[in-house]
Amino acid sequence: MLRFVARRVTLTIPVLLGVATMVFSLIHLIPGDPAQAMLGEAAPEAEVAALRRQLGLDRPLLEQYGDFLGGLVRGDLGTSLRTGTSVAGQIAERLPATFELAFAAMLVAIAVALPLGIAAAAWRGTFVDHTAMAVAMAGMSIPNFWLGPLLAIIFAVELRWLPVSGRGGVEHLILPAFSLGLALAAMLARMTRASLLEELREPYVRAARARGISPARAVVVHAFRNSLIPIVTILGLQFGAVLTGAVITETIFSWPGIGRLLVQSIGFRDYPLVQGCILLIAVTYVAVNLMTDLAYGLLDPRIRYQ
Amino acid sequence: MTRAGAAIVGVTVLAALLGPTLVGIDPAFQDLPLRLEGPSTAHWFGLDELGRDILARLLAGARISLLVGAIVVGISATVGTLLGSIAGYYGGIVDDVVSRVSDILMAFPGLLLAIAVVAVLGPSLTNVVLALTLIGWVGYARLARGQVLRVRELEYVQAVRALGAATPRILAWHVIPATLPALIVQATLGMGGAILAEASLSFLGLGVQPPTPSWGTMLNYGRSHLLDAPHVTIFPGLAIAVLVLGFNFLGDGLRDAMDPTMGSKGTRGTL
Repeated sequence: MLRFVARRVTLTIPVLLGVATMVFSLIHLIPGDPAQAMLGEAAPEAEVAALRRQLGLDRPLLEQYGDFLGGLVRGDLGTSLRTGTSVAGQIAERLPATFELAFAAMLVAIAVALPLGIAAAAWRGTFVDHTAMAVAMAGMSIPNFWLGPLLAIIFAVELRWLPVSGRGGVEHLILPAFSLGLALAAMLARMTRASLLEELREPYVRAARARGISPARAVVVHAFRNSLIPIVTILGLQFGAVLTGAVITETIFSWPGIGRLLVQSIGFRDYPLVQGCILLIAVTYVAVNLMTDLAYGLLDPRIRYQ
Repeated sequence: MTRAGAAIVGVTVLAALLGPTLVGIDPAFQDLPLRLEGPSTAHWFGLDELGRDILARLLAGARISLLVGAIVVGISATVGTLLGSIAGYYGGIVDDVVSRVSDILMAFPGLLLAIAVVAVLGPSLTNVVLALTLIGWVGYARLARGQVLRVRELEYVQAVRALGAATPRILAWHVIPATLPALIVQATLGMGGAILAEASLSFLGLGVQPPTPSWGTMLNYGRSHLLDAPHVTIFPGLAIAVLVLGFNFLGDGLRDAMDPTMGSKGTRGTL
């Protein structure tokens, strides 16, 4: 197992280096002079030159790249242009809110998807299957930037059951978590159905039925347990989609997380903060993928020896 | 569901082709005294914050959505299929380079890289297409590579190779055509994804800029009138959801047709 972990971790290093390189090059993709673009066309030349010096844009590209990587190793993501505070500090302040929302959304997704997927597979080809999959497909097609406001109109404005925005107790979390989690639930329900159908074809399920085990027990206890591995993998891989979706959901519900910080920093042309947010989300995604891979290896020994 | 998907897509394409002439109202015409007026017989979907007809703007926006979807999917599928097929067929260093680049691009979740690219290049329709294509080709490359790895070992391909056919000819005439069914499914589902992505970027203010009508931008501006004029938000959102649903139904139906074991009509796997 140790060798498997070491191999997977080693394979992640070049990917992380590639991610860092792409995030570094973002600032150099800005058309024209990046410092001028950040300060606006009307900014005096002296200010532009000072910012160029502050960001190190007046030095050779390789030196800038070396400094950028060195900073990352030390946990230094630079300084925000707007607030003058450390980018890493601002991100660390917002990180718990984003993780809270992402995990709540995943819980919503699991709670909705598993019963839907199991029902669709168990009653394949029937009205239940068609309805469950049509609902799932609709869930995948509804944009979360539309679902969010609709949920807010119904549950916050009309019924006044829940707060419309901000972060606080559990009641603040419900609308953003549902808005973010339902698309994932739809995808997960389809995956659960497909994975369970594969298992239901296996001879051991027929053998269980032949032994007199009820259809419900054969599905839930026997087949479902074995269909969990691909479901867990998809859940891990979709964590990235949840993080990206959080950019929109946090904006809609004024949730003080990384996503909202990213959108705000784009508006202010605070590119060091944009770079920091993008880097953090991408690295979190890579880390979750790595953990999913490792969990997969732990659950299925065949993967470890490949 | 496949038929429903095809019908939704067909009707939307037709509506986009005919455009605002269908309702006979200029989508840019502002009737300020009637701003935010709800649906009526004169304006079926009501008017927006500047008194423009929402239905006319939805029809004009359908052109943008379908155009972005078609261009992004067209370029991504062509580039991805070519790179993936070459990587899968030749292997070696070409495969390594394509695979590592796609690994790095896939390390950025979903729309994040597109948001980053548009954030630095500036919001515009061209930059949205560029950003979505930059991340879009990877999926096609991976799919094509996998398919080519399978197809190149089939007997008929080995037979053509033994007959002395040149590699580009084998790829173009014998290998890539065999991978097309899977790529068509991916492209159909990709249309829905690209339309949703463009709308998301426009919603964040990073996509199509006003006054050009775009469904995402319409939703973004409608958000501030959620309480007094919900129709400004409801109709563009519904349009996006229905069109994406149409492409998803169509793609799903095509996939089921190619792999009947996963559809709802098979009998194996049921209890």
